[in-house]
Amino acid sequence: MEKRVTFGRWTIGILFAVPQLILIFTFFYWPAGQAVYWSLTLQQPWGGGNIWVGLDNFRSILANADYWNSITASMIFAGISTGLAMIIALVLAALTDRQLAGSWLYRVVLIWPYGIAAPALALAFRFILAPEAGFMAVVNKVWPGFWDPGLDGTDAMASVIIAFSWKYVGYNFIFFLAALQAIPRSLIEAAAMDGSGVIRRFWDIQFPLITPTIFFLLVINITESFQDSFGIVDIMTAGGPANATNLMVYKIYSDGFKGLDYSGAAAQSIILMLLIIALTIVQFRFIERRVHYR
Amino acid sequence: MTIIKRGFAALAAGALSTALAVPAIAEPVKFDFWFGLSGDLARVVDTLCKNFNASQKDYEVVCTSQGNYDATLQNTIAAFRAGKQPTVVQVYDVGTATMMLSGAYKPADKLMEENGYKIDYSDYFPGIARYYATSKGEMLSFPFNSSTALMYWNKDAFAKIGKTEAPKTWEDVGADLKALKDAGYDCPMAINISANESWQLMEQFSALHNQPIATKNNGYDGLDARLEVNKTKFVQYVTDLKKWYDAGLIKIKSKDLGQDMVQAFATGTCQVILTSVGDHGTVGRTQKEGMSWDVAELPVYAGTERKNSLVGGASLWVLSGKSDAEYKGAAAFLNFIHDPKTALFWSTNTGYIPVTKSGFDFMKSSGFYDKAPYKGREVAIASLTASEPTEITRGIRLGNFTQIRAEFGTQMQAIFANKVSVQEGLDTLVKNGDAILERFQQTYPGKTLP
Repeated sequence: MEKRVTFGRWTIGILFAVPQLILIFTFFYWPAGQAVYWSLTLQQPWGGGNIWVGLDNFRSILANADYWNSITASMIFAGISTGLAMIIALVLAALTDRQLAGSWLYRVVLIWPYGIAAPALALAFRFILAPEAGFMAVVNKVWPGFWDPGLDGTDAMASVIIAFSWKYVGYNFIFFLAALQAIPRSLIEAAAMDGSGVIRRFWDIQFPLITPTIFFLLVINITESFQDSFGIVDIMTAGGPANATNLMVYKIYSDGFKGLDYSGAAAQSIILMLLIIALTIVQFRFIERRVHYR
Repeated sequence: MTIIKRGFAALAAGALSTALAVPAIAEPVKFDFWFGLSGDLARVVDTLCKNFNASQKDYEVVCTSQGNYDATLQNTIAAFRAGKQPTVVQVYDVGTATMMLSGAYKPADKLMEENGYKIDYSDYFPGIARYYATSKGEMLSFPFNSSTALMYWNKDAFAKIGKTEAPKTWEDVGADLKALKDAGYDCPMAINISANESWQLMEQFSALHNQPIATKNNGYDGLDARLEVNKTKFVQYVTDLKKWYDAGLIKIKSKDLGQDMVQAFATGTCQVILTSVGDHGTVGRTQKEGMSWDVAELPVYAGTERKNSLVGGASLWVLSGKSDAEYKGAAAFLNFIHDPKTALFWSTNTGYIPVTKSGFDFMKSSGFYDKAPYKGREVAIASLTASEPTEITRGIRLGNFTQIRAEFGTQMQAIFANKVSVQEGLDTLVKNGDAILERFQQTYPGKTLP
């Protein structure tokens, strides 16, 4: 016998949903709608007027080799930084979960990086990775010319990936640790009594049981790597050298705000939005099948 | 109860009316001024504002730093679209074309005329005035902080190779850098190749050699101007820079790598840099103890008839949609800034140069340029006034020029990283830059530059 509260009239239900709907409309649908409108027009930055150009903005963006370069760079960035951030966090969480000496310390300390604002973090890494002044200067002394993010696009990409992953290791770590600790100890102890080692227990018991968390973090990390990379790129490389780190979100900023090309930037953000939606759908369609929810 | 209530109401009304009535006579008219300087320079602007407020009782300017030039323009546009724009705003040199087409300003010359101020526009150095004036010569905005690019050279290092004067031609520079390298200097010259250096490497170079950056007299004569730096003397210049870089005579110095070029010069690491006269004070304050250095005009290629260099910096625009009282205040403020005494204050506390002949003369007569640390800054005036501005050297009037500068940085980086040849890189710069210009032209259909 389940008791359910029901409303006689559907209007009451709607009324309850109204505050939420207003919020979503004001902060999501309205700006998104505005962006769609802008992307179909040519906007004068000072608001002096606009002209309807249909899909011209999209056509000129998609015909631009720099834009494709930007998409490729974003994909590489998303793939590597998500992989790095998740694997490192998982290893650290697994070790912490085993109650190694000092694990209480890691539990606290590893959460901190996520609390640091991207630009502050980028400034720190800019110093650490500066080829002439920071830590990498020592490496460059031993192998001259080894590290040169000023001219070498690969080095610059590596710098932003390292900074971004470092931040998200902390975030992922919290979730992984919580997931690992939610696994009943009896399962692991039973396996240990049957004679399976640490690695075996991890792959056969813990890993399958935390797949929902892994999946959740995968979606979040990929989405964030498209959006949250802005502050790091802006401070560390400004999209350079020669566009090597001109990620999609940074290109939107520099075209829109620095270049005052609001329409082109709006069109780019629509494309970015569609791309993230598509990626998320793919993840839910194909990867979620392998997730075991309890 | 009602009596008490009424009493309170009367009291409140009385308080209100005095609050409204009395200060309306005494309180000055407030207006906003947004600027794009930060750090030390922002403090100088704040002092300037305080001086203005103390100099008279009718107006009060509220000065707000927006951090940098880009942000100032972006925030002003956002504020303008929301109807909350400041009365006066500082817009950088390359934002001039965008401002002129915005329809969001009140012409500065009209404003001054309406409010009874007589400004002698011929008093401005022509190289400065022409940059901001319309093609007909009307001043729509007032030049504010102005600078130009100079060559900073280390006298001690040049003495080691037997030179007592700065090289005047790029041919000499090449030979001197080689000699410095042979004398054991690891970094004879420092440059950087980001968007910011478009100014000294491409724009100043082109002006000095009377070479166009774009057709239609650098855009002054129409929005259909297109870049042409891939077929001017600039190609040879980039080729030489690249050659010297490959030979180890030039090093790239930037903040991202650990040390920017001004620091590299001030610490004695690098012996020659090309940068703004605005850095003159910084070098003086941060230089290695006892280092002997000086500034000189930027070199030109042998056989070139030297033209004036371009002004860099920003001008003050008065925006539309404000009350007459605020406009009166803005006019008084612009008049205050125009005063030679303000010019002296401004140039003493920053590295910027005076924008008027009378300001320059006043500073000369007060002995400003005679002694360290200001000695040498007069070279900037000499460089700016080296010739009467030609159709090409009066400035650059191209839309979205910030994006073209960014493209300059991108292509220079590609060239220096050996990804493309010099000619290929500059061809791409022109191709992508033209796309930006074309887009700007499409955004303003049927409009022409004033």
